[in-house]
Amino acid sequence: MTQTTVQSLSRRQLIRRRFFRNRSALFGLICLLFVTGLALLGPYLTPWSWNLSDENGLDFNAFAESPYGAGLTAPSFDDKHYFGTSQVGADVFAQTIRGLQKSLLIGLLVAVFSTGIAATIGATAGYLLGKTDRLLMWVVDLLLVLPSFLILAILSRWYQSSGWLLLVFLLAAFNWMITARIVRSVSMSLRERDFIRAARYMGVPTHKIIARHMMPNMASLLIIDGTLNVGGAILSETGLSYLGFGVKAPDVSLGSLIAEGTASALTFPWLFMFSGGLLVITVLAISLVGDGLRDAFDPGSKSKKMS
Amino acid sequence: MKKEPILQIKNLSVSFPSESGRVEAVRNVSLDVYPGEILGIVGESGSGKSVMSLSTIGLLPDAAQISGQIIFEGRNLLDLNDLQMSKHRGRDIAMIFQDPLSALNPVQTVGKQLAEALLIHQDISHEAAIKRAGELLEEMKIPKPYERVNSYPHEFSGGMRQRVMIALAIANAPKIILADEPSTALDVTVQAQVLDLLKRASVLTGASVLIVTHDMGVVAGIADRIAIMYGGKIVEDGPVSDVFENPGMPYTIGLIRSIPRVDSRQKIRLASIAGSPPSPVNLPPGCAFGPRCPAHSSICDQKIPELEPLNKDQRVACNRKDDIAGLVSSGNLYPVEPIVEIKKSQSRNVILEVKNLKKTFPLLKGQILRRRVGSVYAVDEISFSLVEGECLAIVGESGCGKTTTLLEIMNLLAPESGRIVIFGKDMAELSKSEKLAMRKDLQIVFQDPFASLDPRLPIGEAIMEPMGVFDISKADQEKRMQELLSLVGLNPLHANSFPSEFSGGQRQRIAIARAMALNPKILILDEPVSALDVSVRAGVLNLLSDLQKKLGLSYIFVSHDLSVVQHVADYVAVMYLGSIVESGPVNEVFNSPSHPYTQSLLSAVPVPDPKVEKFRKRIILEGDLPSPINPPSGCRFHTRCHVKQQKSPEDQAKCVSERPTLQAKRSSEVACHYSS
Amino acid sequence: MSLLGWAGAQNEWQKGGVLAGFVVKRFVNFLLLVVIATTVGYLLAATALNPRENYLGRNPPIPENTINSILTQVNMNDQDPILERYSDWISGVVRGDLGKTIFNESVNLEFKNRIWISFRLLILGSVLGAILGVLIGVISAVKQYKFFDRSFGYASYVILSTPVFLVAILLKFFGVYINEKIGFTLFYTVGLNTPELTGFALFVNSLQHLILPTLALTLGGIAFYSRWQRNSMLDVLGSDHLRTARAKGLTKKEALFKHGLRVAILPMATFFAYSFGLLIAGAAFTESIFGWYGMGEWFIRSVNSNDINSVSAIVLFTAVLVLFAGFLADVLSAALDPRVRLR
Repeated sequence: MTQTTVQSLSRRQLIRRRFFRNRSALFGLICLLFVTGLALLGPYLTPWSWNLSDENGLDFNAFAESPYGAGLTAPSFDDKHYFGTSQVGADVFAQTIRGLQKSLLIGLLVAVFSTGIAATIGATAGYLLGKTDRLLMWVVDLLLVLPSFLILAILSRWYQSSGWLLLVFLLAAFNWMITARIVRSVSMSLRERDFIRAARYMGVPTHKIIARHMMPNMASLLIIDGTLNVGGAILSETGLSYLGFGVKAPDVSLGSLIAEGTASALTFPWLFMFSGGLLVITVLAISLVGDGLRDAFDPGSKSKKMS
Repeated sequence: MKKEPILQIKNLSVSFPSESGRVEAVRNVSLDVYPGEILGIVGESGSGKSVMSLSTIGLLPDAAQISGQIIFEGRNLLDLNDLQMSKHRGRDIAMIFQDPLSALNPVQTVGKQLAEALLIHQDISHEAAIKRAGELLEEMKIPKPYERVNSYPHEFSGGMRQRVMIALAIANAPKIILADEPSTALDVTVQAQVLDLLKRASVLTGASVLIVTHDMGVVAGIADRIAIMYGGKIVEDGPVSDVFENPGMPYTIGLIRSIPRVDSRQKIRLASIAGSPPSPVNLPPGCAFGPRCPAHSSICDQKIPELEPLNKDQRVACNRKDDIAGLVSSGNLYPVEPIVEIKKSQSRNVILEVKNLKKTFPLLKGQILRRRVGSVYAVDEISFSLVEGECLAIVGESGCGKTTTLLEIMNLLAPESGRIVIFGKDMAELSKSEKLAMRKDLQIVFQDPFASLDPRLPIGEAIMEPMGVFDISKADQEKRMQELLSLVGLNPLHANSFPSEFSGGQRQRIAIARAMALNPKILILDEPVSALDVSVRAGVLNLLSDLQKKLGLSYIFVSHDLSVVQHVADYVAVMYLGSIVESGPVNEVFNSPSHPYTQSLLSAVPVPDPKVEKFRKRIILEGDLPSPINPPSGCRFHTRCHVKQQKSPEDQAKCVSERPTLQAKRSSEVACHYSS
Repeated sequence: MSLLGWAGAQNEWQKGGVLAGFVVKRFVNFLLLVVIATTVGYLLAATALNPRENYLGRNPPIPENTINSILTQVNMNDQDPILERYSDWISGVVRGDLGKTIFNESVNLEFKNRIWISFRLLILGSVLGAILGVLIGVISAVKQYKFFDRSFGYASYVILSTPVFLVAILLKFFGVYINEKIGFTLFYTVGLNTPELTGFALFVNSLQHLILPTLALTLGGIAFYSRWQRNSMLDVLGSDHLRTARAKGLTKKEALFKHGLRVAILPMATFFAYSFGLLIAGAAFTESIFGWYGMGEWFIRSVNSNDINSVSAIVLFTAVLVLFAGFLADVLSAALDPRVRLR
């Protein structure tokens, strides 16, 4: 006479329910969907191009119609300049969308790469321990010491000539350390868990243990961390671009747009408020979703979270 | 003439909101506590016992909804706000928690924390408080009390920390002491010390003690009255000897009959209660014990039973208490099959042998360059052998090295020193493929069923995993897996469910099924029932002995619980600080222990029988377990040995200088210079 | 029995010595990492930056020999082997001479001029941010879910999603807007101070110049620390030893402040230390936006003018700052938490 006490909901359903009950997380998700939708569909909503050398890049009519001088016009639906135009007659909407795409893409790639590196190095160090662990952790400590912002700025010469993919790699290279530490300590405690020991005593080979048992049990940690890393990466990239060390003309990033628009922002606010606003909304949305995921996976301890 | 109760709990109900619905932890409980008595509250997980004690002291989380009354000194404590209640806490009502390491502030000295307890309620100077703190430590028999006042909690051992907690509780001479599982996390010998001190504390202060525990043996020894809780309600209460001798409620009966006793001299089959304790989220309608009760009938699902007098002092909550009176007194409520004695083959075939096994761990310090600053002598030259078809138990307290020994065997490697021989093959000489083949015959079951199964793997796959290491076809694996599930008493249809969907007892059965997958000859069991609820243990123990008989298995069974060992083992080896101090047939060792440590260990094990407990002579060990980094010279036990203390100085010197070896004594072996 | 327990009982008499040994070990580690970080910084700068570029493309073109001699004078000639330049530079550093800027001025001098400016901003910004943040965090924890907690919670989220430069820009606009509204200049948005003033008027004026830039750094700090402190305190609120404290007779508030605070604040010490690395970056933004000639602004200018020596000097400075902060954090947590000392 044995009874199975079946839990009323499976784990996945429980996680999903917790997430959707969380108002902030839901709000964040909606904003994120909006922003992503804008980034993907934006180019189809406007006849103008972000590329100034394109034939649809500059609107020469703006020079004629502008009440402010040069090519500036305020946002309006005439001529489909939803966000207005800049001093050279470029369509701000098209440029902002391009900048958004760039920043999102860079952020996503950096997060994926850095989480991938962190997971591999962290799990290896945490499972194998011994010399491997100490060597890897020493490297981590060293990289943590190097001032990443400064070094990225110094190296900007390189990656600005070889394309933004190098920037992505470098950003990822300076971003994985903290996550690796976390993965390592989780791995260290996982490996002492009886089910891992049991697998070892069954004769299951090491790589299978890591793949079949350890990784799935860390999945939630990696997802949450990866999500939050996207936000952090976006902030880093826009910061660098603002100072001219990141994405540079002729390409466009939210950071470079803000830099261009700041000088005249008080009188012509549309030049920078859309990029600034979208930036804040994007990062905010990502943080809310990331925290919502964390709450959904593990509603227990609070000090591991931001709110 | 009955005294006035000092505390009256009336119709207390406590519930919490949770993700899965409302949790009714305590349901309409009424209880009286009399001055100076020790009241034991017994229950398993989900019974509501801890919640009840937390309600009394007013430390439930804010989200809890409480109704009813708790009357103390004429006032209803539940009406008081935090400020008013905090005047009672620590002064009239004090509490001792289960885990002293997390209960004490890690960044403050013990003296400061004790002094604070005094300063909150008494108007004395700071110096006087510190001095009194030292006195309290002295009363708790902590060595060098006035120096240890400046130590931090992590610098004490577990037993000592719990003494500090008791000192904290009695600091202001309270009228009521609540003790929530005070000795559960401690070793048996330390537990005996702590319970002894608790009794002393009660005598010193004249306080009533409410001790909450799941251990029937502990209550039998220390309590005057006992209340048994199940599913948030009290199902039976009364004087402790009455309840043990003539229990009226089927749950109580089942509980008492399902607990192995260290002093039983025959192998009996334990009564097992089907199923497991209900979760407070999902309580059955009517009587909470109904679904598991052998005397269940339709009325049990309709009416929630309330406590009614069974006789002068005992109360029972059972809908059918009058109907089943006959069944109860004849003892047939839980029928058990008679023990089938298999004929033991005369030839004692040794299939596993360990000789002079040694394992030391280096103690490393430093971040970059790690220096060896010492060694932990976990296993210090032990020898034993396992005979085919028998169960060898290794017992000892925490830190004695028993688990390390198991892991050394499981590694299938040549040990640091000594030899391990399995099926006649020396581990040092095995090739890699031979080692892999050996894994088929030697499997392990771990202690914690929650941790030994991968939470992400459906149980069917978990059971098949060991088969996947060897070339067995998927179809064969599936078939075998279904067989195994039936073998351990589970439904094969549940193969796709996840471990979290099963109860603790069921999970352990799954772990056993997994261990049986490759038809091993030797099963190594590391505390297999310690993490399970008491009413569930019997079922798993019965399963293990059935499997052994049916399949001719041999077991190495490690445990700290001597009652369980007495029930399952044929041979027992007692370990202390990395050495085997005594080994032999279990009846002989437990009936007439020769080694002083075995004697004190046996005297410390609680027996769920008040008559026995009240008249036991306990050998209380002094002091703490020595550090395995720095074991005592000569005989490892000499620092705490009561036999040594009674010897002449020349004899004592021998204990300190010479390490005793195992010597044969009747059919056992003892390592002692002066064994009786 | 946990190993920590055994070690603890036996190390009672070693307490004092252990702390000292701990400090020494950390210090040696610290020096080693400074050297490595500086070296990496110099080598990267010397390879990625091209000082020659400053002198190319002129009309009429400058003869190569002249360029070489200019560059050699400041030890930035790319035709000299890099290791030679490095050893020249590092031997100078060890003696206290950080070399020459690309404009052939003393790096030391530039350093001295700018460091006080940056420090003013950094120290004020980080300390104020930490203190206010911790305070707000504590209050939020005590008043969990009430208006104070919620509003500061949302505000913190938004601030943490806003990059420092955007915060600085917005503050600048805010300052200008307020100035217009009230009719006189309350907030100065450019520079350190108005040069003509002296004495008390100068002091007040400096403050007016200081507020907005400091606020730019502080707001981020407040948002960060308040969230973490709040959560740390909530964790502690649910902890076992706080329950014991209440069982002794302390009210919830008393228990929280006497027992919870010290344990909850422990992680903040570590965060504070590690935040120093980020502060430099923050300073770079803030200084350029508010027109302060500090280390951050110098860094940007140096990278843009290919000034290898200056860049390396700033990397050295940052590494020292970060490592010192980390070292401080270790010592602080050892002092505050007796459990750490045993390791």
